[in-house]
Amino acid sequence: MWCETFTDTVIEHFMAPRNAGSMPDADAEGNSGDPDCGDSLTIYLKVKDRVIEDIRFMVFGCVAAVATSSMTTELAKGKTLDEALKLTDQDIVEALGGLPENKLHCSVLGESALKDAIQNYLAKTE
Amino acid sequence: MKKRVYADNAATTRLSRPALDAMMPYLTSEYGNPSALHTMGREAKLALERARNQTAGVLGAVPEEIYFTSGGTEADNWAVKAAAELGKNKGRHIISTQIEHHAILNPLLSLEAQGFEVTYLGVDAQGRISLKALRDAIRKDTILISVMAANNEIGTIQPIAKIGKLAKEHKILFHIDAVQAIGHIPLDIQSAGSDMLSLAAHKFGGPKGVGALYVRKGISLPSQIQGGGQERNLRSGTENVAGIVGMAAALESMNARMGPHMEKVLLLRNRLIEGLLRIPNARLTGDPLNRLPGNASFLFEGVEGESMVMMLDLHGICASSGSACASNGHESSHVLKAIGIPRQLSHSSLRLSLNEDNTDEDVDHILEVLPSVVARLRAMSPVWNGSRENY
Repeated sequence: MWCETFTDTVIEHFMAPRNAGSMPDADAEGNSGDPDCGDSLTIYLKVKDRVIEDIRFMVFGCVAAVATSSMTTELAKGKTLDEALKLTDQDIVEALGGLPENKLHCSVLGESALKDAIQNYLAKTE
Repeated sequence: MKKRVYADNAATTRLSRPALDAMMPYLTSEYGNPSALHTMGREAKLALERARNQTAGVLGAVPEEIYFTSGGTEADNWAVKAAAELGKNKGRHIISTQIEHHAILNPLLSLEAQGFEVTYLGVDAQGRISLKALRDAIRKDTILISVMAANNEIGTIQPIAKIGKLAKEHKILFHIDAVQAIGHIPLDIQSAGSDMLSLAAHKFGGPKGVGALYVRKGISLPSQIQGGGQERNLRSGTENVAGIVGMAAALESMNARMGPHMEKVLLLRNRLIEGLLRIPNARLTGDPLNRLPGNASFLFEGVEGESMVMMLDLHGICASSGSACASNGHESSHVLKAIGIPRQLSHSSLRLSLNEDNTDEDVDHILEVLPSVVARLRAMSPVWNGSRENY
């Protein structure tokens, strides 16, 4: 039924994404992707004492886009801003157990939006 | 076991019973090479020619006008290249459309690189070409008009007979890519006035890997594959006897049952469309009236195509999408672009294509599942501004 190319973790994050939804009282938000190209991610942060207390995301995109976005937020939640800034697309792919070669680029979406959100937060507060 | 609903018949169809039954002897005991002199060879040859007669009969052609190929793509490639070869001294201008299948577009691109000029006729919002635009595009050096009878993505049917008439008036070779149309809508070569026509078995209950090119008698078709001399020395290679026999049987059977099939499929498909259009911001693409009976192609704003397909798959429903991700590339559907769909929305396409195998229960299941899939994906979509409640 499922492509053998998607790991169980990817499928799980696709069918039951963690932290999906908007955050009206977010401290900052970050964006990546381009809806005209078929993917768009927004990440919302709630930060306390430079720790990501809460994080949510909204995504328009394929299975890999949804899964990588979900995993990004799961990895980032509870980290300090500095720790979160060090997260790379490779970390995300590893945490998912891998992605098909033609979908690897989707993981950049998560890293980008997270960095954008953190940078926006820092710009606002410093 | 989850209920399986196969709604991707435009991609391929189940091998029909008549096709399977016809093929079996040629997959088991009747395995002779049609070129062999002994009994087994002669029987295979007989089966081959019987299949050719059957195919010609359904199309309203004569057997010498039927050439068996490995499928629709090969037939399309052959037709386009043959027409270019035949006409190159008269002219180098070809007319086709912006919504052709890649099996036509890519050979045309190749010809353009060789110095041919191609006019790709635009289509209106429903996917129809304008006969006036076609007439205006015709030049003294036009040597081929190639138009698909019906589009695989949005189902729109073109006014083939009128195009044929125009082509005849100007003495221009006319090729019809009938791959999606054959077996599903009545298509009469003579009244369509076509000089060449492509078809593919697996779109109408035949096996994959076999198709045919019809070429009107009198056209001296250049060869496609050289070798042992099969297909009147124009398309060498030991014939796929089982496949060809299966194709002919499928074609005959589909043609015989076309009326009741169309009736059944139309009812199912129209109920499906009606139900799905109740989803907010859902749009049917293609001509609402002149469309393939089984085709229900949609745009669901705010939702990405591959995600829809995969979520539907988890509910046992097989469908397809023209989104960039779904087609393994970075470009979304050229057909949706041609009918004026903005880029973002073009990633939100979903194609359901029914056939006579589908049932009321299938339609019920889709109507039960798809609205909630759309709602679920919209709930987390940053590009959806409407209600995020379940439908």
